[in-house]
Amino acid sequence: MKIKAIVTLKEGVLDPQGKAIQQTLSSMSFSEVKKVRQGKYFDIEVNIEDEKKAKAKVEEMCEKLLANLVIEDYKIL
Amino acid sequence: MKSSVIIFPGSNCDRDMDVALKKFGFKNQMVWHNEPEIPKSDLIVLPGGFSYGDYLRCGSIAGKSKIINSLIDFVKSGRLVLGICNGFQILTETGLLPGVLQRNKNLEFICKNVFIKINNNSNSFFNNIKKNVLKLHIAHNEGNYFCSNDELKTIEDNNQIAITYCNSEGLSNEENNPNGAIKNIAGVLNKEKNVLGMMPHPERMIDKYLSGDDGSIFFENILGNFK
Repeated sequence: MKIKAIVTLKEGVLDPQGKAIQQTLSSMSFSEVKKVRQGKYFDIEVNIEDEKKAKAKVEEMCEKLLANLVIEDYKIL
Repeated sequence: MKSSVIIFPGSNCDRDMDVALKKFGFKNQMVWHNEPEIPKSDLIVLPGGFSYGDYLRCGSIAGKSKIINSLIDFVKSGRLVLGICNGFQILTETGLLPGVLQRNKNLEFICKNVFIKINNNSNSFFNNIKKNVLKLHIAHNEGNYFCSNDELKTIEDNNQIAITYCNSEGLSNEENNPNGAIKNIAGVLNKEKNVLGMMPHPERMIDKYLSGDDGSIFFENILGNFK
């Protein structure tokens, strides 16, 4: 089973890369852009059939390695 | 006095550190990260570099190495651990030091000499250094120290901010902050003051004819605590 997880910076944590992307999009005449926050996406294939159990396991992976909880939040999709 | 430099795949300041430690009288040994145990040491150094290509987050993968458990035991025993640059990032990722090192505010790799002010000298890393300001070298992409407001208060209350970026006169302000680090923090200690992580490279400042001599002062001071 494949589980998807995203890791993003917490609100209030400075994201210079997101800001640079936002400024570039604006300069490319995407005037609609109000804010950009950059994050990471993980596609994790596990040998667990039960979806709930698989998600719980990926959540544990986020807590222990994929996200640094000092500055990042994660979400299992 | 015995020291150990731990090498991870992608470490690249390990040999400079070896030269520095030996120059000031440490009997140094190089230890591969996959070793289950650290040989007998008085000081462990995690060197600079780009362990695991900085994949995921700087220092995050090295922070899960086999040797880390034995490093944690070593820290508990009260002996000294020093992390330079990537070594500092690894120490924050393992939770041995508070906070995190983020991408530099200006998104540029910074490589230059800076001044740092010694903020806390009641520890074995800075205790007998007469100077208040040292000139050291920095070279990093992720040196922007960050922690939550609560954590900041805790480390301030516990006197864990070891060094801050400043000018030649010792003034720490936004103008003298190379990377956006909160409160100009260049290095922090753990609560017990036996673990130090710092972005500047003292091992690059050990020859007055080549670079500068302030790194020598730093190493001589550490060694002085063992005499």
